[in-house]
Formats: sequence, C-alpha cells, structure tokens
Amino acid sequence: MSAHTVGAQPAVATTPRADARPPLRGQRTAWLFIAPFAFFYLCFLLGPSVYMFVASFFDASIVKNGLGNFIGLENYSTLVQSRDFWSSMWHTLQFTLYTVPPLVILSFVFAVLANRMPRGQTFWRLAFFTPFILPSAAISLIWVFIFTADTGLWATAQKWLGSDAPTPVLGTPSLAMVGIAIATIWWTIGFNFILYLAGLQDIPRELYEAAAIDGATPWQQIRHLTIPMLSRTTTLVLLLQIIASLKIFDQVYLMTSGGPGTSTETALVFITKVGFTDYRLGAAAAASFMLFVVIVVFAVIRQVAERAQQKGA
Amino acid sequence: MNSHPPTPRTTTTRAALSRRSLLRGGLAAGGLGLAATTSGCGSALSAGLAGTQLNPGTVTFWNLFGGGDGARLQLMLDEYREQQGSRDSLQAATFAWGNPYYTKVSLATLGNKPPDVAVAHLTRASNLAAAGLLEPITDDVLALAGLSSADFNERAWQASQFEGQVYSIPMDTHPWVLFFNADVCQAAGLLGPDGELAPIEGLEAWEAALTAGKEASGGFGATTATVADDSNNWRFFNTVYSQREGNTPLIDDEGLSVTMNDELAVDTLATMRSWVEKGLMPATVDTPGAETLMFTGKSAFFMNGEWEITTAQSIEGLNFGMVAFPTLYDTPAAHADSHAFILPKMERDDAQLERAMGFVKSLLDQSMTWAEGGHIPTYLPTFESPEYASLEPQSNYADAASYASYDPPAWYSGSGSNFETVTGATIGLVQQGLTTPEDAVASIRSALENYAKTPNPL
Repeated sequence: MSAHTVGAQPAVATTPRADARPPLRGQRTAWLFIAPFAFFYLCFLLGPSVYMFVASFFDASIVKNGLGNFIGLENYSTLVQSRDFWSSMWHTLQFTLYTVPPLVILSFVFAVLANRMPRGQTFWRLAFFTPFILPSAAISLIWVFIFTADTGLWATAQKWLGSDAPTPVLGTPSLAMVGIAIATIWWTIGFNFILYLAGLQDIPRELYEAAAIDGATPWQQIRHLTIPMLSRTTTLVLLLQIIASLKIFDQVYLMTSGGPGTSTETALVFITKVGFTDYRLGAAAAASFMLFVVIVVFAVIRQVAERAQQKGA
Repeated sequence: MNSHPPTPRTTTTRAALSRRSLLRGGLAAGGLGLAATTSGCGSALSAGLAGTQLNPGTVTFWNLFGGGDGARLQLMLDEYREQQGSRDSLQAATFAWGNPYYTKVSLATLGNKPPDVAVAHLTRASNLAAAGLLEPITDDVLALAGLSSADFNERAWQASQFEGQVYSIPMDTHPWVLFFNADVCQAAGLLGPDGELAPIEGLEAWEAALTAGKEASGGFGATTATVADDSNNWRFFNTVYSQREGNTPLIDDEGLSVTMNDELAVDTLATMRSWVEKGLMPATVDTPGAETLMFTGKSAFFMNGEWEITTAQSIEGLNFGMVAFPTLYDTPAAHADSHAFILPKMERDDAQLERAMGFVKSLLDQSMTWAEGGHIPTYLPTFESPEYASLEPQSNYADAASYASYDPPAWYSGSGSNFETVTGATIGLVQQGLTTPEDAVASIRSALENYAKTPNPL
C-alpha cells in the first residue's frame, strides 16, 4: 500500500487493505454465521481429507491401530503399477464417455421438443423428471430385473426378435457398463431436461419472432438462436455431468458390484473395496488422493471455461 | 468494494439483534424437540449416545443366509425364541453375502458395535481372526454351553483354527453337488434298479451320461450358472481341477505365491468348455435359469451347492435326487466350505457370553433342521444320529465332507472373496466361449500375481 501507512498504527499496518474490508465487528458477525458450517466442514471434510493425505504415505490398515509404518510413496508406486487401479480409472472414464453425450444431447432435444408442445407440457415435464426422484436402489432393482439373463424383459424382447441365446447384459464384461449407463441415463436425464427447459423459457420470445420475420427456418432458429443462448446451461450441464460421472458408485455397487470379475469396477468402487474390504487404508487413501487430483483438474477447467464465457458474453 | 456507509450499519446491528433473539428462541425450541425425541423413542437413541447395550438380555445375531437357507434359519430362530419364552430374546439380521457382509462385520467390530454372534465361512473366519476381530473359542467358552471339541467333525474343527487357536464353531460343510431330474434320468436309462442314479465314474462315463441326458430331455445334459455368479464358476472349476493328479493349489504361502499348475488348468478349462461346445451344457445362463432348465425337464443334471435343495423341493411335482459330484479323474474331490459361528471381539460380561453360547448351542441342537436344507452337519451328535443317516437325499453325499476342497488360504481369498471373483469371472468367460482356456489361465495368473505382491494388510 501507499508509503505513509508504514508509520501508522500497527493494526492498520497488518491489514493494509483494511479500507476494502468490512469493519472488525462486521467480520466477527460474519465468522459467527459461518461457524456452524465451518465446524462441520472442518470435522467431516477438511480434517478427514488431511488425514487421508497423510495416511496415503503409511501402510495404514483398518484393523491395526494408528497409521502404521511410514512407507513414503510406496502406496502410489504400487498403485501406478496396479492393473486393477488403472482399469478402475478406465471404467470410470468409460462410464463418463457412455453417459455424458446422451445426457447432454438427449436432454436438450427432449427439452426443445417439450417446449414446443402447445398443450400438456406439465405431463411431459413430469414424465421425464419422475425417474430422477427415485432412489438409486430402486432404479437399480428395476434395471437388474429388466436385464436378468435369459428370462428378463430385455432377453425376452431379444427372443421375440429371433435371438436364441441373448447375451446377458450385466453378465458380459463388454456389455455390463453399457447396461449401467442406460439405467443411469434413464434415471438422471430429467435433471438436465429441467435445466434446459428453464434455460429455454428464459430466451425472450421476441428473438424468435424477429428471426421468423427474417425468414429463419425452425432448424436455423435452433442452430443460431437456441443453442448459442443456452451455451451457459450447456457448460453447466456438461461439467456437472462429468463430475457426477467421476463419482459414480451407487448403480455399479447395486447392479453388478463391480462385476463380472472387475469389469465394471469404477474408481470409487475400487477405493471402497481396497479400503474397507481389503482393509488397506493407506492404499485406498493414495487412490482417493489421485482421484481427487483428477476431479480438481475438471473443476479448474470448469472455472476457466466459465471465465472465458463471461469474457465472451 | 466500498465499506458500509454508517446508516445501514446501525440497521444491520438492529437486525442482527433481532436475529439473535430469534436464534435463541429457535435453539430453545430445538432443545425441547430433541428432549422430546430422546424420551419419545426410548432406548435406541439413548443407548447409542451412552454406548450401552441396546437391549440388555437380547442376543444379537448377524447372518448371510438368503433363499432356502434363510427360510430354514427363520424356523430355527423361532424355536430359540420359543425356548427362551420371549420374542425379544433374539434380534437377528440378514445381510447380502460375500464381501459386503464381511466388510460390515469387520467395520462393526472395529466400531465396537458388533453383534453378539455372527455367521462366517470358515475360509473367511481365519482372516477375521488374523485381523484380531474375533474372540478365541477356548474350552472354557465351549463348556459354558456344555460343548467340547470332541462334538465336532475333526476336519472342520481343524479348519477353524488359526495359529493353533480355535476362533469359530463350525456348523456344517456345504459341498458342490450334482442334482438330477429322476424322470429324465429314468428315460435316459441312467437310474439303477433302486431308482437312484447309477454311479458315474470317469470322464467317458460322465460325457456318456450327459449325452444320454441331452437326448432324453431334448435340451441339455447338465446345467450350471455361467453368468452373474462368479463364485459358482470357481466352484465348478475347483471341483474338477482338484480331482486331477498333479493339481496344486492356485496360491500358496498364505497367498504370497501363485502355484497354479497352468497346464492342468488349461486342460481342465478346455474340457469344461468342450461340454458346452458339444451342446451338452448351456453357454450362457444364470443360476435361476440353470435351475429352471433341470426343474422343467430340459436338462438331466444341475450343479450347484447342496443348499439349492430347498428351492428344488418347493417345485411341485419335481422328482429329483442329489449325489456327490462324480469322480471324473483320479481322486474324489468337491469344492466346499463351512458355515461357522463366530464371536466378534467386544467387551462382554459373563452373562452376555453365556447367553451367546446358549444361542449357538440351541442352533447346533437344531442341526437336523439345518441338515434338511442340504448341509452336512459338523455337530457329531446329529451327524452320527440314525435320523440323519436315513435322511434322503441329503445323506447320499455326506462323504463329500471328508474330501472337501476349500479355497486356498490368503488374505484375499475365501468364500465370495476377491480371489473367487477374479478367477470365477475368467472361468465364466471360457464357459461362455468369450475367451480361450490359454488366455484365461494367463489372465488368472496375472491377476493373482498382482494380489500376491500386494502387502498383506492383516
């Protein structure tokens, strides 16, 4: 700050930008308001995260007291060499690739279509959104039932179409993830659908009228008006979806518990197994930290994208 | 970024004051609410807060029995409640079996909230013991219920030891067996004059029986699940592989080295696959599907654990029998495991321990009910009783307990473990024709080597 604050009172010197802050009294009130949240945040998020980071350098076992022996980066080097770890990361990515494009594109298409319905919009909105209010356990049961080998609904449909021995979706390593992705798309599409519908209803009608007067076809209106006007919603949907996909656990655990073999074992399923079933807390901590880094990278991308968009707007 | 102008600040202060009083009121109301809840829902919450026993005088019992086993267990639990004269004498909970169950038992014990008694497979109990999660079963503990080690099948009793100390009380041995549809087998000429399945010995006789069965049923010779049950694939393979001369355990040294006889494993898988290729067995079917094929006469045989007897008995008009899986190769062998009672480690007083052991004794005394569900009792007073000897078809395969092939011991092995999942899934792929026996064995070896070099967390 400016030179003549140096000789001033210590309180001012330590807070050179005091003029830019609320006064001390206001600050205390603010902290008081934050305190309840900060307490839980410290106890249940920051604290455990720090503990996790520390534990990742020890051969901690859940059935032994304390952290165990310090082993430096050994947990990380074992992980990097572990086939199961990389395949779990790949399965997570696979799930992301299977679900994100349909969830963004289909929800957009359905929202545009529903928005054009002259009547009965409430019905369509409800129809697309209803699966989303179901708990993951319920949707898993429904889809396990549909995908039951040989006697399930899907196998029956395939038999009608002339297949003698339909491949069991959840029992075949190459198909199991597709099955989980389909269940997830059906389950969560309603949320993106609602976001897009809200975005669509924010676009002023005059723009469409103006475009129509200029002779734009409905497709041109969508291409040059709707899509650009919804770009912020799209960024939001896209990044929320990617982060949700990285955290995929429930459906996998309930529908295949990572099987057949380990072919649908995603990062979080792997971490849970290593930490709680195999008791290897240190290794699970190291894997969690690596997943944390990946998620942070995506969060940063989101931030950067948002800023770029704000500048562009 | 402006600092607040003076006028609004006074308003803020006033507003803050009123908010504070509002908060105070809210807290008081919340406190009242909490008090009401605490007194309202009685002991559960206060026991949780104070860390006391939930329901003094009650035995808590966790198990992993679904399906027919679950129904039969219910009868035994009801009998115990009747003996005690109170429905509150027992609180039983059933969980999904395999890794999720053992994870729950471990975490509850670590969190000092385990059940008084739990069920575990013998192949898993040794790992729980190594982790220090189990109470040792000393002679004194056994004596509390009037039991002694001489009351149990010796092989199972040996298997319940860890480093010379017994940590579990075996309840049964449950081998992988052969179910047959008597009507189909009759038509295929596979039954002896006594109406029982004529003994099948050797690979050729087995394939001939499957072929005859296939012709008679118009469907398959034999069925067993190849999808959605990784453990079943492993049990099938382990049964056949263990019958062969020169078989070595897949892993040894407590899981530190992979000792599978690759050549023999490849040949075994190729033989198993050839039954599918010849159309004697279905390539893609889950347990309910495999079962249905045999129940409806579209297959002569069905293979699974003996516990499926309860399901088979519930099919009206089904004429079926059970025998030990035939010896196709050099020595008789069948995959098996045992259910056992364990006492998770916790602080318990003498009365609690005695109550827990009384409960175990009551269930052991009902071993006959349990045996009706297919399991071979390890409790000798039941096993040696004339009642069990005359129990058909259950006693037909009682010998299998003496040549049972258990999962090789390792921290990642045991019933429903990572070991069974990774080997079983790959074996299933061979059955389904999605991979070759050579690739499958290579992939099993590399997966097991990965576990073998992972530090043991116990």
